[in-house]
Amino acid sequence: MEYTILILLLPFLSFLLLGIAGKWFSHRAAGLIGTCCLAVVTILSYMTAYDFFTMPRTAEGVIEAMPPVVNFTWLPFFAEGLKFEMGILLDPISVMMLIVISTVSFMVHIYSFGYMHGERGFQRYYAFLSLFTMSMLGLVVATNIFQMYLFWELVGVSSYLLIGFYYTSPAAIAASKKAFIVTRFADMFFLIGILIYGYYCGTFSFDFAGEARGFAAGGFMLPTALLLMFIGGAGKSAMFPLHIWLPDAMEGPTPVSALIHAATMVVAGVFQIARLFPLWIQYAPDTLHIVAWVGAFTAFYAASVACVQSDIKRVLAFSTISQIAFMMVALGVCTEITTGHEHPGSLGYMASMFHLFTHAMFKALLFLGAGCIIHAVHSNEMSAMGGLRKYMPITHITFLIACLAISGIPPFSGFFSKDEILTACFAYSPAMGWIMTAIAGMTAFYMFRLYYGIFWGTENKQLHAEHTPHEAPLTMTVPLMVLALITIFCGWALNFGSYVSADGRDYQIHLDWSVAGTSIVVAIVAIALATFIYARDKQPVADKLASQFSSLHKWAYHRFYMDEVYQFITHRIIFAHISKPIAWFDRHVVDGFFNFLAWGTNALGFEIRGLQSGSVQKYAFVFLLGALLLLFIMII
Amino acid sequence: MNFLSLFVLIPLLMLLGLWLARGLKGVRTVMVIGSSALLLLAAWLTVTFLSDRAAGLDAEMLYTASFTWFEPLHIKYSVGVDGISVAMLLLSSIIVFTGTFASWQLKPLTKEYFLWFTLLSLGVFGFFISVDMFMMFMFYEIALIPMYLLIGVWGSGKKEYAAMKLTLMLMGGSAFLMCGIFGIFYGAGGQTMNVVDIANHTGGAHPIDFAQQCIWFPLTFIGFGVLGALFPFHTWSPDGHASAPTAVSMLHAGVLMKLGGYGCFRIAMYLMPEATNELGWIFLILTGISVVYGAFSACVQTDLKYINAYSSVSHCGLVLFAILMVNQTAATGAVLQMLSHGLMTALFFALIGMIYGRTHTRDIRELNGLMRIMPFLSVCYVIAGLANLGLPGLSGFVAEMTIFVGSFQNADTFHRVLTIAACTSIVITAVYILRLVGKILYGTCTNEHHLKLTDATWDERLSVICLIVAVAGLGLAPLWVSNMVSGGVAPIIEHIGHGVSSCNPFI
Repeated sequence: MEYTILILLLPFLSFLLLGIAGKWFSHRAAGLIGTCCLAVVTILSYMTAYDFFTMPRTAEGVIEAMPPVVNFTWLPFFAEGLKFEMGILLDPISVMMLIVISTVSFMVHIYSFGYMHGERGFQRYYAFLSLFTMSMLGLVVATNIFQMYLFWELVGVSSYLLIGFYYTSPAAIAASKKAFIVTRFADMFFLIGILIYGYYCGTFSFDFAGEARGFAAGGFMLPTALLLMFIGGAGKSAMFPLHIWLPDAMEGPTPVSALIHAATMVVAGVFQIARLFPLWIQYAPDTLHIVAWVGAFTAFYAASVACVQSDIKRVLAFSTISQIAFMMVALGVCTEITTGHEHPGSLGYMASMFHLFTHAMFKALLFLGAGCIIHAVHSNEMSAMGGLRKYMPITHITFLIACLAISGIPPFSGFFSKDEILTACFAYSPAMGWIMTAIAGMTAFYMFRLYYGIFWGTENKQLHAEHTPHEAPLTMTVPLMVLALITIFCGWALNFGSYVSADGRDYQIHLDWSVAGTSIVVAIVAIALATFIYARDKQPVADKLASQFSSLHKWAYHRFYMDEVYQFITHRIIFAHISKPIAWFDRHVVDGFFNFLAWGTNALGFEIRGLQSGSVQKYAFVFLLGALLLLFIMII
Repeated sequence: MNFLSLFVLIPLLMLLGLWLARGLKGVRTVMVIGSSALLLLAAWLTVTFLSDRAAGLDAEMLYTASFTWFEPLHIKYSVGVDGISVAMLLLSSIIVFTGTFASWQLKPLTKEYFLWFTLLSLGVFGFFISVDMFMMFMFYEIALIPMYLLIGVWGSGKKEYAAMKLTLMLMGGSAFLMCGIFGIFYGAGGQTMNVVDIANHTGGAHPIDFAQQCIWFPLTFIGFGVLGALFPFHTWSPDGHASAPTAVSMLHAGVLMKLGGYGCFRIAMYLMPEATNELGWIFLILTGISVVYGAFSACVQTDLKYINAYSSVSHCGLVLFAILMVNQTAATGAVLQMLSHGLMTALFFALIGMIYGRTHTRDIRELNGLMRIMPFLSVCYVIAGLANLGLPGLSGFVAEMTIFVGSFQNADTFHRVLTIAACTSIVITAVYILRLVGKILYGTCTNEHHLKLTDATWDERLSVICLIVAVAGLGLAPLWVSNMVSGGVAPIIEHIGHGVSSCNPFI
């Protein structure tokens, strides 16, 4: 499918055009260029998906990865087997990601027309969106780990540029810097992992079957390399303790949060593990359990913080962290690669990808809905909201659909994917299963707390007196409706397992009713609890709980002071105790030595210049002394 | 007459032209014609070189020519180029061309300024085309002396101190160097000064004794290392760069510092392979320190030029670090890093000069919100910053990745641990670059004097855009440069071979 290369080229061209010549375009023209490009990319992605999944399967019913459509050496490394290639690899997960990215990105492009209307730097905004889309698409179709790393860095930079879009606001500047540096720190481990991987296995390629000899030679260094790469993935996917950048990243424009910090870039870490999954499962199954437990802890941590945040985008950010952790857990609980219902050990892989797909849609929907709300009330704080359901009916309904989906209520998409994850967890260990079920309950609770806080409860009359909230324009509501439709239908209408599974075979999704029933009950109880506490005008229970457990509430509200820990490490330790002393040492010791040398030469010259006094008597005296000395030496 | 000599002849003609030129217009005309001619010549040389290599000319040095200059010491004027020097010549000509436009508005004494500037570039070009040790040394000195006057007369801040310090430290380095060069000359039999002859034991040269190598290797390596900002001999760099006028900083950080790395590789390591294997680890540790230490120092500086100077210490440290890894990939990466660092640091210094020319301050605590006031310069500054921290698609990424992959191919733990340590610099680089960008470009401008400042003029734009195109070109399509450079690196690395040091306590 040679046309697939256009999927990467078009957004890149659009970025160049808008980036270089953007200021000569009107807002409308710039937006149209970006959006049209994305429309073409979306169509091409769907064509690719159609062509790919309708290809004949092998005799065992396996969907095979195509040999790379394009693959060329971009940078040679002059060592055997090592070269930096660029190409396009189509296999079930990369094709699925193409669909996710292009769909969400296209929706965000349309939505931004309304949301960013009249903003300064509108052209720049679309240029960055194009850059991001190109990098993200390049990341998922990478044919080797180095190409992935290249685009990985590029998405990091586009995220940096977009978070810092409002570059005059100090909060945005700080947030963009933080996001970049934290992920860069994680990327360093990724890079080291790649180096180890390349050295021991002698390849960077994703052709695992073809290079099997190299992997066996890796020994225990291969799990090490994979773990280091996972740290890189954990940075991008905001796993504890590298999650701190994501909540702050909400300073960027809301559509950007929807695209980058909810649907696509933050799942790159999950995608990375899925991409290297054959290696994990074959050579490092024990290390994979670390992934599961890191994920489980992150899911719990983020869910508990999300329960008490008051900024709606922060709630959504923590919910994103928690949901991505669900995907990580699902990958981590895999123990084997063969599928079939008698082997639930590889169910997690499919479940994780399925959840990635559904989550991208409903989380983008939630963020875009939040964007409409922020657009209407000009604030992120829940205190400014309440009672909005009558002003914004479309936003209200679509937001509710997304909330139900994320809580795991059938027939919305989230139910199906989360149920598969829980089944996989129970198959791994009952403890993990119950933990994740409980966290799923917390999810339903905080999402409905958010929902009631925004659309029910008391109106903020004081604020609305100046400015009545209104429904968003059509450019913003149409994407909401499209995503809501996907959320309603894709869970049961799409047979996801037949396209994506650990070994490429058709995997028929069966609902395990013992698990599904439990999770539905838990979700309904949690929603009922949230309704009981938050749906009323006044919230006596919530206030009482908050005051009763005030210290816990305070800790959770401040995200367990993780940011302060980082502040301490960077400012107090790195800046004050490493950088400053080094700079001082350089100026005073190293440079001081050379200055001393110069001064010493100077001073010595000053001292001995007295010898050249110009008085003949003195010269004669010294001459005589020298002659006597020589005579003396010669005699002895 | 060999056409490579044009690289020396054109600057000589430019000197003559400048001497005869009348008025500002005449000076500018001479400079534009001369530097464009050099740029075209370098581009033409690159194309010819690539096609000749493709046609199967596989001698180590192409287009060689030799004339006896001083018989008793066997000093010859010998020229020749391989992949490395072609890359360096191309880099130098780009920097000279853009440097001319970056100092378009320079006053006073424009004519004298350009005279020294041209003399400086003459030295640089001469150095890269020479294959005779003595000629290299002579051109090196020619490049060094004008620096003193350029900084002392046209500089800013503590310029006399900085000029004195820079010149004295580099002179100290060349004292070491001269001892080293004569040591090599006599050690190899005292029959030839030609680098290729000495290395291959032809033309009357015989192998240098191992014991002698162990003396001359450190001398030459330190001698060139001073210029390549080897820790702890790098302290001329922050002061020198901070005081130098824009184009001089560009040329100095962009090209002159590369003379150090080039010399270390071509003379110190190539001619004394056994000593390189035996003693290289000491310098490897020093360069490893440079890489991390420079980056950490840059984090807390408050002067724009100091930040960039320390960043150069870190990046040039990586060059020396990579060549000491003695493998083809890393050494290719080192040359790519020279190119990349040369281009982006020149871009940085050009932009800093332009900002300083408007605001009259380089203190980052006094600058803020420049993005709104001078969008063009600010956007270019961000691009330069991103290139510096290794954004894919710009040159830094290509060079750094080649270096890291290459360095990691060494079989022993010592080299690999150092590589991992050097990898940390990519994070620290991000810290200081983003801190800088966030402080001076973003935010709102609070200084009302800065509100009325104007954006770049056409000559400044031309200079900056040329550099950005070069940086992006190298970053997007690195294959041909990489292949060209590695063709030059391969014989040298093969010659040095791989030996295990007997005195390295870490192995």
